[in-house]
This record gives sequence, structure tokens and C-alpha cells, in this order.
Amino acid sequence: MLVSYDWISEYVDLTGITPEMIAEELNRTGIEVEVIYTRDNGVSHVVVGHVLSVEKHPEADKLNITQVDVGSSEPLQIVCGAANVAAGQLVPVAIKGATLPGGMKIKDTKLRGVASRGMICSAKELGIPDKFLTEHQKQGILVLGPDAGIGQDIKEYLGMNDQVVELELTPNRSDCLSMMGVAYELSAIFNRELRLPEWKEAVSSTERSQVEITTDLEEDCPFYAVQVVKGIQVGPSPQWLQNRLISAGIRPINNVVDVTNYVMVETGQPLHAFDLQTISTGEIVVRRSRAGETVVTLDGVTRALDDETLLITDGEQILGLAGVMGGESSEVRSQTTTVLLESAYFDPILIRRASRKLGLRSEASNRFEKGIDPERILPALSRAVQLLQEVAGAQVGSGVIVERSGEIEEVTVTLRHDRLMKVLGTSISQEQVLDIFHRLNFSVHVDETKNYHVQVPTRRPDIQLEVDLIEEVARIYGYDRIPTTLPWGQQQPGRLTDSQRLRRKLRHLLIDLGLSEVLTYSLTSSKRGKEVDSLTPSTGLVRLAMPMSSEHAVLRTTLLPELVQTAAYNVKHGNEDLSIFEMGRVYVTQEKKLTELPEERTELAFLLTGDFRSARWNRQAVQGGDFYVAKGIVQAIFERIGVANVEIQAANHHEGFHPGRTAELIYNGEVMGVLGEMHPQLAKQHDLKDTIMVQLDLDRLQQAIQADVRYQAIPRFPAVTRDLALVVDKNVEAGVLEAGIHEVAGELLESVRLFDVFIGSQVGEGKMSIAYSLVYRAADRTLTDAEVTATHSKVVEHLQTTLGAVLRS
Amino acid sequence: MRERLESLRTEALQEIQSATEMELIKDLKVKYLGKKGELTAVLRGMGSLSAEERPVIGGLANEVRAALETAFAQKSESLETAELEAKLQSETIDVTLPGASLEPGSIHPLHSVIEQIEDIFIGMGFEIAEGPEVELDHYNFEMLNLPKDHPARDMQDSFYITPEILLRTHTSSVQGRTLLAKEGEVPVRIIMPGKVYRRDDDDATHSHQFTQIEGLVVDRGVSMGELKGVLLQLIQKMFGPDTEVRLRPSYFPFTEPSVEVDIYHPEKGWLEILGAGMVHPRVLEKAGYDSERYTGFAFGLGVERVAMLKYDIDDIRHLYNNDLRFLRQFKSV
Repeated sequence: MLVSYDWISEYVDLTGITPEMIAEELNRTGIEVEVIYTRDNGVSHVVVGHVLSVEKHPEADKLNITQVDVGSSEPLQIVCGAANVAAGQLVPVAIKGATLPGGMKIKDTKLRGVASRGMICSAKELGIPDKFLTEHQKQGILVLGPDAGIGQDIKEYLGMNDQVVELELTPNRSDCLSMMGVAYELSAIFNRELRLPEWKEAVSSTERSQVEITTDLEEDCPFYAVQVVKGIQVGPSPQWLQNRLISAGIRPINNVVDVTNYVMVETGQPLHAFDLQTISTGEIVVRRSRAGETVVTLDGVTRALDDETLLITDGEQILGLAGVMGGESSEVRSQTTTVLLESAYFDPILIRRASRKLGLRSEASNRFEKGIDPERILPALSRAVQLLQEVAGAQVGSGVIVERSGEIEEVTVTLRHDRLMKVLGTSISQEQVLDIFHRLNFSVHVDETKNYHVQVPTRRPDIQLEVDLIEEVARIYGYDRIPTTLPWGQQQPGRLTDSQRLRRKLRHLLIDLGLSEVLTYSLTSSKRGKEVDSLTPSTGLVRLAMPMSSEHAVLRTTLLPELVQTAAYNVKHGNEDLSIFEMGRVYVTQEKKLTELPEERTELAFLLTGDFRSARWNRQAVQGGDFYVAKGIVQAIFERIGVANVEIQAANHHEGFHPGRTAELIYNGEVMGVLGEMHPQLAKQHDLKDTIMVQLDLDRLQQAIQADVRYQAIPRFPAVTRDLALVVDKNVEAGVLEAGIHEVAGELLESVRLFDVFIGSQVGEGKMSIAYSLVYRAADRTLTDAEVTATHSKVVEHLQTTLGAVLRS
Repeated sequence: MRERLESLRTEALQEIQSATEMELIKDLKVKYLGKKGELTAVLRGMGSLSAEERPVIGGLANEVRAALETAFAQKSESLETAELEAKLQSETIDVTLPGASLEPGSIHPLHSVIEQIEDIFIGMGFEIAEGPEVELDHYNFEMLNLPKDHPARDMQDSFYITPEILLRTHTSSVQGRTLLAKEGEVPVRIIMPGKVYRRDDDDATHSHQFTQIEGLVVDRGVSMGELKGVLLQLIQKMFGPDTEVRLRPSYFPFTEPSVEVDIYHPEKGWLEILGAGMVHPRVLEKAGYDSERYTGFAFGLGVERVAMLKYDIDDIRHLYNNDLRFLRQFKSV
């Protein structure tokens, strides 16, 4: 809402109150002020001139030499290039010393040898935005109306000294979509006197009502009023009216339309003018549209309608979309002489739906959909008739014809004084409360129990409950005056849940291990979403009904494709060594079309490429693209959170992963994670070198946590360490060897540690040398050499027979 | 004999003094104090002394021994110190060579802010609640006093999946779920962090995905004064104890009275930091709480906004681009 300071000053005494003060106090009491600006655009020393004569420039076809009277002792000779300049016009003239928007300065000069003492300006040169200009005014110099005074400052004539305060209104404060509403507000916050005019119904003694009104559904249109205005001469509005509309951000069109807009801004009541001649039946029928009907609106667009758009018709033809936009056929034209002025109340929800469905937001629909003040329907109509008489030579063509159902309800809301103090947490006196209601212009009656019975004015439909009154009191009283206290009542300890703790632990573990956390979008493209298999299969992707782009059209089912994308981006920007992780949700569903919410599973994913720990200057770097580095990180996670008994099995069927370098992490027969090298094809697509990807399902990980930690006695007897170096077939898995060792050595074996793996010609084709260090220990005695040797030999023997292992000499 | 002892003392002390190596000290010890050493030899001759002389010479001999032992001890210590110093000197390394790489990773700044705020509220007795990001219209709007066709729905243009299912537009959607789960129990003190989604084109100040922390307190006698108190705690802990705070009346369909909270930034002036208010009685009633008996407050804060202010980040897209050159700047937060 744009509020002209000049205009608003008419309705409330603002003596000594600047626009800046208005902005500050509105902000403080609940209406945000976006900006304050003056409409002058930096113009100075531009005056109204009277073009006395126009002659062709002898040296230039397109230039004219004009003599212009600017009110000084003699006319100025000005060379003008505009094609539309003509003797007799009143025009804006930038005289010597003038400044125009953009800082341009005007001096006396010579054009093609002819002296020119100033410049005749176009609207654009005065900085008037195109949106306020007619097609006509966009071309050539600006021709002013006959009411301009020769020598008058153009800023005064065009209202450019006016300051505009731009309000950012929340949807509940539609009452401030009018000058009168803003006046009430300013009167309350500054405690200043209101000066609202009262308009009397214009009565016609001779004319009888010519129009019959029917409304199909009372609740769609409980109040519909019209009045005929005749003898109109359609033409431009006087400048003062145009100036105010421009301050309000509305383009002047012609006096009839301008008056309806003016009254809408003034009162908040949208009005519409139909050319009465186009209403052939002499009746108005308000009804809902039927599916398949079409209408051509004022903007020339043909619109197809559904079955719940409210229409104004003449019983046969559609005249317009109620509350949204008029129809082209009933539009006021230059030859129009008689109009039917409409002022009504339409169901806000219907208007809102229609305007949304049609994609048509108008100043009128914006007001109707929030609910207008029914008390202003008739005054606004009278005001418009009065203005049309003033500016369009109109006469009253009929009395006011009203079709309404029921009376306007009086709303009384009760506020309890003690409740007010309790909710605000402060003490406030009855006098203060009454003063606030008085300033707000609310009628109030206090009973003996200190309850305020407030009669809520119809202009404030947002006030329905006691809390609404509490807010009114609080905002005028001042939020800053409410004391600050701390809670309160019964205390309880705050804490993280187990799963929140787990996520924090994992986050900080991975960061401490050298990985950086990233945060990617949940919405992805359906193509990218398929690059890597999700851990939990999803039958369908969760798709947005109306995505903004195909890049963000479906919800992800795995975090990894986004990490791949992130890696590719960073590598491209010179960060080749990356170790990144993310924790977040993935969204899976077993439905093709959602009828229930999808399942949201929290996952952890990480990706390593390039060096994991960048090279120390005298040693080698740890390669991030190494499967075993990633596996080490997974094992660190398990140890840090207390997960044991996870099986790691080779897996060759995961999309996006290398079939020979991928493992599943299995707990209790369920896959809780996948760890592996990125498939070389996927790596190539993203210009990545060796890259390892890991994804873990956190809910399953959490189930694998063994929360019970119990102290085990520290061994009192010494251990015996024996090494075991074997040559086996290359495809024997280390896991199988280790399992064999454990199986045979039994309880005496404390630990097995792999310390060397070697594949090469020295050990034979297809063979591998593998060496373990075995630690034997008994809890209750010192083991003898013989005991250890016996067990160790059994281990060797077992591996020889079951796996064809050969002891290395 | 006395002369011999005296000259022995002089001679020995001189030799000890001039020794430069531990080896020599050991030799000298043997030479003078050893079983076959010179002092021992002198003492052996004591037998030939008279009864009067014996204690005198004996005393002197002990005195000389003590003097020599002290001298040996002192000299050994000083030689050892010197040797250690020389060794240490030779072992000097260049401390300016880079350290072994144990570079820590970095936390995402948004998660850092969330953790900090969670900790502030845990300290005030709050629990942390979570809810689905894909949400029913019912919880995202209806439970919050935003029926269909409510004009305020425009404030949050949404990503719908079906007419009844959408990506939540605010974490306020968790309010209704949590209250229903609590079944009328009080006190309710929760914060609800999480991702939210709105139909916005991504630019320097908008992101179609962003992060919010919603807070909710419901109890007997909760007042606006307490809302102010709790928010002040939060802001001063996040932005420093001297941060100036301003409350402005505002509008949210799910709170009444509603508040917009600004903080003062020395360069940028007043900046909007969060929205809040007293829980609307309709919201309490819908969740099964008697709005006469209980009151509450709620607030919602944009984590991006806090992070951007706190770390002076000028473009919200940095938070989602995941450029390591950006992320690695937050190692210490």
C-alpha cells in the first residue's frame, strides 16, 4: 500500500509529524514500512510554459524553434526536437539552472546555430515511470492540461513534492488498504484527531430506478448496490486527481475509471463502472459461472471459467468477473455517457479462488479477498457519484438500488483485565487500556468485574477473539514496555534423544578424522537420483506436482549422487583432494502415487577422492581413493559408537559402484550400508579419479549399537606372540583365513593382526603371501611354550587342509 | 704429613678444575680417592703418627676427602650439563617446517549454528523434536489456524506433491504433531530444527530449501514477558551480551499477539532475525489443550539468517554450493 503524505493529511491531523516519524511509529506498532520516497525524482527548476509559436529550424528538418512563455518578462526561444510540439500547448520547461533525473543540468546553448534557452521536457525526462503514462504520453513532449498555470513549478502541478510511504501489510491488516484505514491507524498511534468526511447519498428527484438486481446465492454476495450516473463526458481527470492516483501507484485512465480507483484507495471499497448501454436487459444477475463458459476481460484476454467463479451478468451476457475484473463488453469508452456504478460485498474465499485460478490479481480482488468494510459500501458509492459530478460533468441518474440479505452484524468481543495482564506478563491500568481503545476508536463498556466489552468496528474484521484485543492493546502500549522475565513453573532437564546424540557423535568423529561436512538439496533430478542405488529400495520417486525446474523435481532416495555432484564441482574448481560427508534424509515410498507420507530415513554418506590426508613433506600421502582407507573410517565409526558383529561381504550388483570393489555391511541379515569404489563409468562422467563412496542407514546403525559397556579385567599373565606367514591362492579372502584361525585357536587366541600382503612373481602365479601376527594369552596362567606351539600348529594344519595354505619358510 | 695433605689437596683440586671430560674425572677419582689412591696412601701412613698428631691429621685428611668429593660432584654435574647442552644443541630441528597432516575437517556452518542453538535451549530445559519434511497439509497449515483459502497461505508458496501432501514450508508443522503426542501434558518446551522448502527462485537472499528452528513452550501462565526473556537469552548468547533487540508487532496466523524480532547491526542497522508470538488459542484447542488453562509462546528462526549474520556471509547460495574453499573456513566454529 502506497500512502501519499499529502493525501493522508486530509483525514488526520499530521501537523509536526514527518513521513519519517510515521514510518518509525508504524514499524513500532506493527505495520512494516518498506521505504519512503519523494516523487520529484531529483527534478528542479522546471516550470509550466505556454508555447507561443513554432517554426521550422532552417538548418535541421527535425528541429523546431519555439517561443515559450514561462511567466518571465519575455518569452524564451527554445529549440525542440519533439514532433508533437505545437503552438498553444502548455508544456514543462526546464529553464537555465534546471536539474533533471540522473543529474542532467540545463544551460543556455546553441543548436545548429540557433540559441536555445532551456528544454521542453517529455514525461520520461521528468522521471515519470512508463507505467503511469498513456501511450500518447510516452511519445514526444508532455502536454499539460489547461489547469496548469504559466510559470508554475512543475513539481507543484504534477504533485511531485508529495512523499510516499510504502507499507508492507500483513494479510490481517486489510483495513489499511485504504487512506481512511491508515488514517484510523495514524490517529491511534499519534493520538491525533481524525477528519473523515461524510458523504450523503445523492438523491435524484426525477429518475426512477431502472435496474433490477438478483443474486443467486445470498452468501456469495450478501450486499450489492448500484446507482446510475448520466450525462458523463469521458475525458482525462483533473491533474490533482491524477497526481493522487500516481502517488498510490495507479495509472490514470479516464475520469470515470479514475474516480472508481480514487474512491477505492480512499475508502478501501472497490467500485466498478459498467456502460449502462451495454446492459440490454436492464437487470443485474449475480451468479456462479458454469463450467465451460468464457469471458473476455478488460485486458482483452479470453478466460475459460470453472463452475465457481462469481459473475456479474445482465441475465444473458456476462458483464464481468465479480470483484476481480470487468468484462470488455461492458467497459466504459470515450463515447459512454451513462454508467451503472457498482459497490458490493463478495465472498472473500470465492474471489480469492477465482483470482488464483485465473492468475489475475487486481487492486479490487486484493481487497475483496481479504474482506472489505460493509459499512463503507454505500458511502463509497455516494462519494463516487459526487466526484463524477465534479470531474465528469455527471448527473445523478437514479437513486441507490440495493439488494442485500440480512443486517451487518455487530461484533462485541470481551477482554478480561486480568487475562490481559497474565498473557502480557505486565501490569497495566484500566485507564491505560481505555485510553488505547479510545485512540483506536473502538466503543467500549467496562463492567464491574473489569471486563471490557468492545464493539469492534466493521473495518477491523481481524479482531474476533480476546487475544486479538490483547494484541491491539499490547501493540499500542508498546512491546518494548513489557518486562523481560525468565521461566517458570516445573523444571525439566533438556536433552538430546539417542538418535540426535548419535548424529552429533558421528558428525564430530568424521570431522575429527578429517572429513568436511556438506549440505546438499533434498530435491534432485530424476536422472541424477538414479546414478546410485538407494539403500532402501523405493518403488516410486516422490515427485513434485509442479517443480520449478527439472533439476529439483524429485526427492532423493540416496545422498550419494549429490555428493558426487559436489565432488565434481570442487574438483573442477581445483580442489582435487576431497573427503566429504553428509547426514540427511532420503525419501522412499512403496507407492506409485502417494496417498500416505513417504518414509524418511536418515542416512550418512561419505566420499573420498584424491589424497585423504595431504602428503606430509617427508612421507607419502594417504590415498583417499583407496577402499581400505574408507573401510578404516567405517571401522572407526563402529568402534566409536560401539557397533560390533557387522559382516562385510563382497557385493557386485550396486548401481554406481565398482562390481569388484564393493562391499555390503550387514547386521542381523540386513544391509545397513554399502562401501565401495565408484564405478569407473560414473567416475568418468563426472571427471573424477579413483573415488570411494559409502552410505549407511542410521536407523539400522543405531540398532546395532551395543550400549552396554562393562569393564573387563586387565590381563595379569603375559602374552605370547607368534607370526604366521602363508602362501595361498590369490582369491582366498582374508576374512575366511581369519575366521579359520579363530575357529581353531579358540579361547587362547587374544588377537589376530594382518601385517603384510604381497602378490608377485616371487610367490608364484595366482598366489598371494599373507602374514599375520597372532597373540596368545590365557586369563588364569602363564602359557607354556609347548601349549602355544601345539595350538599354533593346529592352526597351520587347519589352514593347510581347508584352504591349501603353504607355510612360508 | 700435614704438608703432604695440603699439597695433595691443592694439586687434586687443580686437576679436577681443569678436567674437561667425564672420563678424566673418573680417572682422577681413582687416582686420589681409589683404594690405591694417593689420599688412601697418605692415610695409611697415619700409623706412624703420635697419639696427639693422629686426630689432628685424621681430621685434616677427612676434610681433604670431603673437599675432593664435593669438587668431583660439582665438576661431574657441570660436565654432564655441558655435555647435555651440546647434545641438545646438535639435535635442534627446524620448527617452522610444516606439521604432520592431521588436518581436521569442518562442520557445515548451518549445523554449527543449529548445535549452538540446541545447546542453549537444552540448557534452558528444552527437548528437541523432529518431524517429517514431507508433510500433510493438515499439520503444515490446518493445525496452525491456516485453513485452505486463507490469504496468509500466499506468504509461503509451497511445493505440493498431492493436494494433501507437500514439502513443509516451516518447522511449525512439528508443533501440532508434538502437542498431539503429548496429549495435553505440560510443560511443553521443545525446539524443532529442520529443513523447509518454499517455491522461491534461488538467489543471493532466497533458497528453495532452507533451515528453520521452531520453538514452542506451553504451560500454565506462560506470558509474553517470558517469550521476551527466552528470546533475549538466545540472541545474546548467539550474538553477544550487548546485542540490542527490538520487538515489533506482526502477524502470523498461528500466534496472537505476534512479534517480529530485530537485532541491531552496527553497519546494517536493524535486521529482522525471527518471528514469534503467543500461541493462538485455536492452535492450542486443535491440539487438545484448553486455551483457558494453558498459554504458550512459539518462535521460528531462520538458521541461514543467523549464520549469515554471525559469519558475515553475503550470499545464501554459499551455504548450499558446498565449495570446499568456503566450507573449510569454518574449521574452528
